[in-house]
Amino acid sequence: MATGTSTEVRAATGARASAPSNPGGRLGGFVDRHTRLVFAGPAVALILLILAFPIAYTLYLSLTQWTGSLTRDPQWVGLDNYVRIFTDDPRFWDAFGRTMAFTVGTVVVQTVLGVALAVLLHRELRLRGLLRSVMLMPMIATPVAIALIWRLMFQPDLGIFNQILNAFGLPGSTWLANEKLALPLLAVVDTWEWTPLIALITLAGLTALPAEPLEAAQIDRANAWQRFWYVTLPMVRPVIVVALVFRLIDAIKTFDIIFVMTQGGPGFATETLNLYIYNTAFQYQKLGYASALLIVFFALVFVLTGLTLSFRRARD
Amino acid sequence: MPKRRTGARRSVLGSIGLWTLIGVFFLPFLFVFYYMVTTSFKSQIDIFSPEFKWVFVPTLENYAAVFQTGSFGEFTLNSMIIGVASVLVALVVGLPAAFVIARYKTRWIGSLVLSSRITPGITFLIPWFLIFSRIGWIDTYQALILMHVIVTLPFVTWLMISFFEDLPQELIDSGSVDGAGIARIFWSIVLPTTKGGIAAAAILAFIFSWNNFLFSVVIAGNSTRTLPVAVFQFMSYGSINWGAIAAAAVVMTLPVVVLSLFIQRHIVQGLAGGAVKG
Repeated sequence: MATGTSTEVRAATGARASAPSNPGGRLGGFVDRHTRLVFAGPAVALILLILAFPIAYTLYLSLTQWTGSLTRDPQWVGLDNYVRIFTDDPRFWDAFGRTMAFTVGTVVVQTVLGVALAVLLHRELRLRGLLRSVMLMPMIATPVAIALIWRLMFQPDLGIFNQILNAFGLPGSTWLANEKLALPLLAVVDTWEWTPLIALITLAGLTALPAEPLEAAQIDRANAWQRFWYVTLPMVRPVIVVALVFRLIDAIKTFDIIFVMTQGGPGFATETLNLYIYNTAFQYQKLGYASALLIVFFALVFVLTGLTLSFRRARD
Repeated sequence: MPKRRTGARRSVLGSIGLWTLIGVFFLPFLFVFYYMVTTSFKSQIDIFSPEFKWVFVPTLENYAAVFQTGSFGEFTLNSMIIGVASVLVALVVGLPAAFVIARYKTRWIGSLVLSSRITPGITFLIPWFLIFSRIGWIDTYQALILMHVIVTLPFVTWLMISFFEDLPQELIDSGSVDGAGIARIFWSIVLPTTKGGIAAAAILAFIFSWNNFLFSVVIAGNSTRTLPVAVFQFMSYGSINWGAIAAAAVVMTLPVVVLSLFIQRHIVQGLAGGAVKG
C-alpha cells in the first residue's frame, strides 16, 4: 500500500515534468496561483451562506409583522417592532435583566472558583490525569442529559436535595418551582458545568509560567498569598481573560439547561432573552417581532464581546 | 531530628488539607454522574422512596423500558447520521480553510469563522426555519446536517489552525522541491502529518453535534428526531418515568464520555477557540 502510493506520486510528478500541458498540471498550476481562493473559498462561501444571509433575512423580517400562518406574506411595518421593544415591552426588559444577572453572576463565580481550582491542582499531584478526566465530564456530557438529572435532583417529592434536608429534620423546598430560587439554581447548574473550563485553561496558563519571578519573590520572603496575588495572578491574567471571554459569550446564550429544567418558568422567572425569543417565534409565532428581538440580542452579544476584547487589549 | 519530624507532620497535614479541598471541589462533579448511573439501575419503588437509597437491588427494567419505547435505535441512528455527515462537511470545507488561515496570513477568514462561533444559535434558527418551511425541508436530514455544520465547522477550523501553524516550514518546502503543487503537498504531506489533530477535531465536532439540542428541537420531526430531543420529549408523555429518563441519559452520555477520553488534551483547546493550548 505504502509503496504503491509512493510510486503513484513519482509517476504523477514524472508525467507532469514530461508533459506540462496535461489537464492535471494545469489544474495544479491554478491551485498554486490561487491557493487562498481554492482552499478557503468554500468555507467563506458556506459561512456567508449560513451566517450573513440569515442575518440579512432577519433584518428584513424585523421590519415586518408576520404572525401565525407561514403561507401569508409578511406585512411591512417599518421600525414599529423596534419602537415597541424599547418603549412598550416590559417582558423584554425583564428578560434582558435576567440575562445580564445570569451571565455576570455565573461568569464571576465560575472565574473565582475556576482559578481557585487551578491553583489547587497546580502541583505535583497523584491522580492528576484522573482528576482532569473528571473535570472534562461536566462540559462534555450532553447538556440535555445533565439538565434532566439536575431536574430530578431538584424534584420536591423524590429529589436528593429534599431527601438530604429531610434527613436533617429540615422542611423541604420547592426548588425550581420557587420563583426566587429558580434562576439562581440554574446558575448553580451552569457553574457546575463550566467551572472546569476556566480551571483547565488557567491550569494550562499556570503550567506555562516561568519559574524565576516566583523564586525571586520567595527569596524576598513573600508569603504564599502575596506570591499568588502579586506575582502569579498578574502573569496568568491574560489567560484567565481569554477563558472569561469565551465563557461570557456562551453564558449569555445559555439555552439547553434553562429550556429543559424550567422552560422559562415558573411564570417568567427564568425567561432569559434567548428563551423569550424562542417563545415569541415558535410558541406565539410572531416571527416579525421575534426577528427584531433577535437583531437586538445579536447586537448585544457582539457589543459585549467587543467591549470585553477591547478591555482586554487596553489591559495588555 | 525533632525539627524534621514536625516538617514531615506538617506535610502530612498539608496533604490531608489539600485532598480535603480537592474532595470538596470534585464531590459535586462526581456525584451528579453517580446519581445519574445509580438512578438508572433503581426500581420505580426505590426511586420514589422518601429516603435516598444508598443500597439497592439493581434492575435493568429502566433500560428495557428505554429500548422498548420503539424508536430509540432510530433516534441514535439519526444522531449518528447527522453527526457524521456534518463532521465530514466540516472537514472537507474547514481543513483547507484552516490551512490557509494558518499559513497565508489571512486572519480575516479566521475572524469570520470566529464570528460564526460567537453568534447566538437562535440567530440562525429563525431564518433557516422559515426557509426550510417554505422549501419543505423541515424534518429532513439535509436541513439538520446544514444546521449542524454551523456547530462543527468553527470547531474543526479553530482547532486545526493551531495544528497547521505548528507544522515546520521545511516539511512544506520539501514538497515544493520535489515539484509538487500545493494541493498535492496538502494532500500527501500536510494531512498525513496532522492526522492526530484531525481525528481530535473530528471527534470534538461530532460530540458537539451529538449534544446539540436547540437546532434539532425546531428542525427535526418524526423521521429525523435526534437523541437529545427524543429524551427531552420522554418527559411530555403523561407521568414522568424518571428511571427511564436516567437510563436514557446514561445511554446518550456514555458514547460522548468515552470519545472524550481519546481527545482529552484537545478539548479545552477546541472549546476556547484554539486560543489556549491545554
